[in-house]
Amino acid sequence: THADMGYSFVSLSCVALCLEHQREDGHALVPPLIWKIKQQISTDPTLHADFAPALGLPEFTRRATELALGRECRAVVENRVLGIQTVGCTGAVRLGAQLLRCWYNRSTGWRGPVYIPSPFYAVFQAAGLPDVRQYRCWEAGQWAASEGHVLEDLRAAPEQAVVVLCATAYCPVATDLSQKHWKHLAHVLERRKLFPFFLMLGQGLCLGDPEQDAWPLRHCVSLGLELFCAQSFSHSFGLYGERVGHLLLVLKQNTLLLALQSQAESAVRSLWSRPATLGARVVATVLSNPANLAEWREGVRSAAERCVLIRERLREKLRLLGAPGSWDHLTQQGGLYCCTGLSAEQVAFLAKSRHVYLCNMDYVAESIHLALTSPL
Amino acid sequence: LVPPLLVLQVPQATPVAVFKLTADFREDSSPNKVNLGVGAYRTDDNQPWVLPVVKKVERMIVEDQSLNHEYLPILGLPEFRSSASKIALGDDSLAILENRVGGVQCLGGTGALKIGAEFLRRWYYGYNNTATPVYVSAPTWENHNGVFADAGFQDIRPYKYWNAEKRSLDLAGFLGDLESAPEHSIFVMHACAHNPTGIDPTPEEWKQIAEVMKRRNLFPFFDSAYQGFASGSLEKDAWAVRYFVSQGFELFCAQSFSKNFGLYNERVGNLTIVAKDNENLTRVLSQMEKIVRTIWSNPPSQGARVVALTLNSPELFAEWQENVKTMADRVLLMRAQLKAKLQALGTPGTWDHITQQIGMFSFTGLTPHQVEYLSKEKHIYLMASGRINMCGLTTKNIDYVAESIHEAVSTVQ
Repeated sequence: THADMGYSFVSLSCVALCLEHQREDGHALVPPLIWKIKQQISTDPTLHADFAPALGLPEFTRRATELALGRECRAVVENRVLGIQTVGCTGAVRLGAQLLRCWYNRSTGWRGPVYIPSPFYAVFQAAGLPDVRQYRCWEAGQWAASEGHVLEDLRAAPEQAVVVLCATAYCPVATDLSQKHWKHLAHVLERRKLFPFFLMLGQGLCLGDPEQDAWPLRHCVSLGLELFCAQSFSHSFGLYGERVGHLLLVLKQNTLLLALQSQAESAVRSLWSRPATLGARVVATVLSNPANLAEWREGVRSAAERCVLIRERLREKLRLLGAPGSWDHLTQQGGLYCCTGLSAEQVAFLAKSRHVYLCNMDYVAESIHLALTSPL
Repeated sequence: LVPPLLVLQVPQATPVAVFKLTADFREDSSPNKVNLGVGAYRTDDNQPWVLPVVKKVERMIVEDQSLNHEYLPILGLPEFRSSASKIALGDDSLAILENRVGGVQCLGGTGALKIGAEFLRRWYYGYNNTATPVYVSAPTWENHNGVFADAGFQDIRPYKYWNAEKRSLDLAGFLGDLESAPEHSIFVMHACAHNPTGIDPTPEEWKQIAEVMKRRNLFPFFDSAYQGFASGSLEKDAWAVRYFVSQGFELFCAQSFSKNFGLYNERVGNLTIVAKDNENLTRVLSQMEKIVRTIWSNPPSQGARVVALTLNSPELFAEWQENVKTMADRVLLMRAQLKAKLQALGTPGTWDHITQQIGMFSFTGLTPHQVEYLSKEKHIYLMASGRINMCGLTTKNIDYVAESIHEAVSTVQ
């Protein structure tokens, strides 16, 4: 899917999270805190194996909502927020897309468009929203987020279009915008009556602080906008195979909350019936215990720091090797993905000949240098 | 600044009956209350039961430092998929040997039905099957309708199944509907322990069903949620599916491991695909991948690991079979005792169906008014259809339940 976008990315995620816990084969180990909690869960005699509620474990959805919106969010206090545990971020996007398809602008028979810069477009189409359009967010050739392009395209979008936005600079084509840029964007969303659908993956891993990473989302909520947000906990918690996701729904009025909840239950019933509990239990245990929470925060903070270091090392290594081109964009970009600017053939070379997907930065730098300088 | 108008216009959805039942039960403060609508196994102390073998394997998993904790492949854990399909079709399955059987790990039985339905709607017979009739038994698990409708099937029809008067299978009706169904229709059938009636066709009856389906080119989509749990024997409970495979059918089988592993919470399911040949299978699986990517991307690992480790280890497998038999035996005991007590009380009507039916559920034959009486006057909760979950019965409450049913049947129409 990344190849579809015509860009190439190096994922720093597994490296970042487990740099000192990486195995020989490059696979990520479970972070110690998570492993400890999983042990506790496996020996806890009070935990039973009954079905979770359709919309998920309440202790998880509460904490997931709190992590995204903060403790003093007015929308939560006013009971305008619904949180639903989903099967990963994909599950959250799928459920959100289905709810929009059924219940957004019903009287007009609305079927789109959905503006989306990321690979989730197939999910929207499968949910019955075929009119999926891209908006520009990169300054091509400079490999940096372009506020100008984003605003231009959104200003031209039809009113009440759904716009998918990456709250954190985690998605490969995330809009890595400053707070000032986000304020402009939010203003356009308001004026054009656009419906924001945030994607928040790796909250805490981008700026090293979950609150700062959630700023774009919280800003829009504070403006009173109605919006959805799909959260993933894979990267921030090292819980990949467990499929922990969350769909946040923020409404303008609380009168519709129960109705929307009943419709969401109905939709979930035909998708997966109930979500799986292990990952959600782990996350809830982390977020609801002050000592665990502190340890987790420290973990994401240092992971984000390591990412910055890795970017610097990669750039420096490429410079020392004399790799053709300029590599400043590596350190100018933020987050856990790194848009290298390599071509499709060069990326294929990395995979086939050098088996580069993640790991040891020296090896990565050498491989990139080879990709750029050898005949392919 | 006044925010723009609300754009989400949402009516309340019809409540799901079994959820409401659970809620009503929870709010009831009577010390005698009994929940016969619960959808999960309960011990004689009315507690949920984590199977001992599951507890053991879960601890093994946590301690195993060599495990890869990344995303599973899109179609799921390979050793889970193969062992799950093998459990359904048998170790000696020719179809498996011929390499034309595949599995897709899904979110429980519902997930397996969902993926199967989405595939069939796109690819079953021609490119657009929204008009292809899908037949579900009358009655059936109410979510069958929802899953197929949501997948885009517009023509979902009942086939005759339950003879209310005789409290038995309406075989003639079933066969008649098979004969008159348009060719290539899809038939959703319960592999064993029919939900909600508890009545399964006998092997002879299955043979008749298969003969018509073969002749009329109908597609079997099995729902297998109770293998092992129904009779205590994995082989016995898989007889129908294996027979159809032996007759050369291409078919789907949606397997759930919620009940027989007690893993309700980890959503462990497998869609077993029996294709004509390996080439077809490969193409089917590639399309399944595309569908999975738009719903959950890749499935959760925990439950699949537990099942795979158990099924692939002879000692753990034997221990699991013991655990399953424990559950099945308790259900059989409650059936026998309920029938005996009702007969001893001289409750009007016949009660043989309670021991003739199989699996977790029994279609008691109680009328809606009798059901209402039980919940309002006796604090005994069951589905309006008269379906009870045998697991809700214990040696401690069975006398109370039997007496209350006796009262209801004697005084209420």
